[in-house]
Amino acid sequence: MKTTKEISLGDIAARSEELRGENMTLNMGPSHPATHGVLRLSLELDGDKVIKCDPVIGYLHRGDEKIAENMTYNQFVPYTDRLDYLAPLANNVAYAIAVERLAGLKMPERCEAIRVACCEMARISSHLLGIGVYAMDTGAWTVFMYTFNEREKLYTLFEELTGARFTTSYTRIGGLTRDLPEGWLQRVETFCDGVLKTIDEVDRLLTRNGIFLERTEGIAPISKELALSYGLTGPNLRASGIPFDLRKDKPYSGYEKYEFDIPVGTKGDCFDRYLVRMEEIRQSVRILRQVIKTMPGGAWYAEDAKKIFLPPKAKIMTKMEELIQNFMLVTEGPQIPAGEVYFEAENPKGSLGFYIVSNGGGVPYRLRIRGPSFVSLSILPAIVPGNFLTDVASILGSLDFVMGECDR
Amino acid sequence: MDAAALTQKFSRTQSLKSIDMPTFAVANDELAEVVRYLRDNQGFDLLADLCGVDWPNRSPRFGVVLHLLSTTNKEYVRLHAACDNDAVPSVSSIHPGANWHEREAYDMFGITFTGHPDPRRILMWESYPYHPLRKEFPLAGIEVPLPAADVAAVTGQKVEPAPMMGGPFVSHGGHMSGAEPQALDQSWNEEKPKA
Repeated sequence: MKTTKEISLGDIAARSEELRGENMTLNMGPSHPATHGVLRLSLELDGDKVIKCDPVIGYLHRGDEKIAENMTYNQFVPYTDRLDYLAPLANNVAYAIAVERLAGLKMPERCEAIRVACCEMARISSHLLGIGVYAMDTGAWTVFMYTFNEREKLYTLFEELTGARFTTSYTRIGGLTRDLPEGWLQRVETFCDGVLKTIDEVDRLLTRNGIFLERTEGIAPISKELALSYGLTGPNLRASGIPFDLRKDKPYSGYEKYEFDIPVGTKGDCFDRYLVRMEEIRQSVRILRQVIKTMPGGAWYAEDAKKIFLPPKAKIMTKMEELIQNFMLVTEGPQIPAGEVYFEAENPKGSLGFYIVSNGGGVPYRLRIRGPSFVSLSILPAIVPGNFLTDVASILGSLDFVMGECDR
Repeated sequence: MDAAALTQKFSRTQSLKSIDMPTFAVANDELAEVVRYLRDNQGFDLLADLCGVDWPNRSPRFGVVLHLLSTTNKEYVRLHAACDNDAVPSVSSIHPGANWHEREAYDMFGITFTGHPDPRRILMWESYPYHPLRKEFPLAGIEVPLPAADVAAVTGQKVEPAPMMGGPFVSHGGHMSGAEPQALDQSWNEEKPKA
């Protein structure tokens, strides 16, 4: 009689451990389509599985904080465009509010409402790109075409409003560059109708798409505790199930006047992060419609903005006081009182914070930029290991970061 | 925010005046305990920001500023610590998100954090010899060797300071075409023959 010898599965696993080859180090980026700019991931691979992930950043470091210490508050506005360059309007607003809080300026209602419209349009624009390239990273080209079509319309609206499509520099400390153009709000309304249709279309293409689900559902879940401990903010935090939104919880620029809901995820995986962004676009449209309906009249700059804005050109040429004022503002900058302020705004990618230390005068002593993308990327070493190399593209896409803001 | 409880528990902690949020000066060596206490007892569960500030005329020279956020009570608190190059306790065991912020503070100011799990530079390359956000560091930068020695050996190139003429970021100094009006501002100082 032949005896059968039992082989425990543990032995088989141990044998396969013996066959294990060397780990391989793979540099993903800095020029890789899925790293959305110049992020480099130094990955250690065991076969197809990532066992260590070390993000290398700084390829786009321009020293924005150093530059800020060497120019006046007004001059720094265009630099904020280049932080999250997919939502420059929202960056402009966040910076302006931070300085205004330090200067103790109060904005009139119309200015606040226009700023809310700017922020929400920036959010839609950023999320449309985020979802479009995320879908592309997971192999779905079509969505990108749909969302970029809508972004094109947004850029046309931005151009009408600010004169620039990409680097808007629209807000000024103490107000805005100019009032709304004639008929612009109606055109935003038309855009709102269109973008909702596109979002429905994207919904049909992606949300129940088998391939997309396979590549996102259950991938890299971030628990509530992990998200908090790494300081994630914005859609990435909310996808993990924490209903924190600065627009609701620390309202600024009159956000308390508008009705909107905050989408919150349950599992915090790549798919939840996609769903949260989809819903946020719809909620942004809801806010935009309310802004259009209730747009107040009146001034679009603060009463005290005279101390910050350059006087009108005609007056500079004819009046002594205005000439002096113009000279002082250009050479020394607006006089901001000494003190420190930290202000965070709910930007499309998360909380964009400005910490400003002023010793008085026209130049900040220290200007710190807290970029949400920097924080979102810092969680990668905790969530990437254990996933397959192909999933890294999904994870990066789902975190929706931008290197301009990460490297500053 | 229960400020009295905090100052009672940590007697060296002082409340400071601020326009936007409760602000405290924390003793350098107590920083980590204060952060842990605030997280566990007062609900400040999210480290919003950690950064350095350089005060060359002060002693100790550097400030470390933390902004903590409570997602449940919806409030912020700011903590100030001060240090020379003597170390500040790292808070990255309490808030792992502090890891990168502390690396950045080290990179930009040279502040060292004791107990930091990964004390490397983050934005500049590892062999970079300066800390650029210190006040004595010039805006244009300082000439340093290229990070890649093999490339430098072949090309003979160095990392050069930015040319400051005609605005801080003119990409190349020297002769420029008349089509760039902003590049001509040095012509103010040139002596021209009278026509």
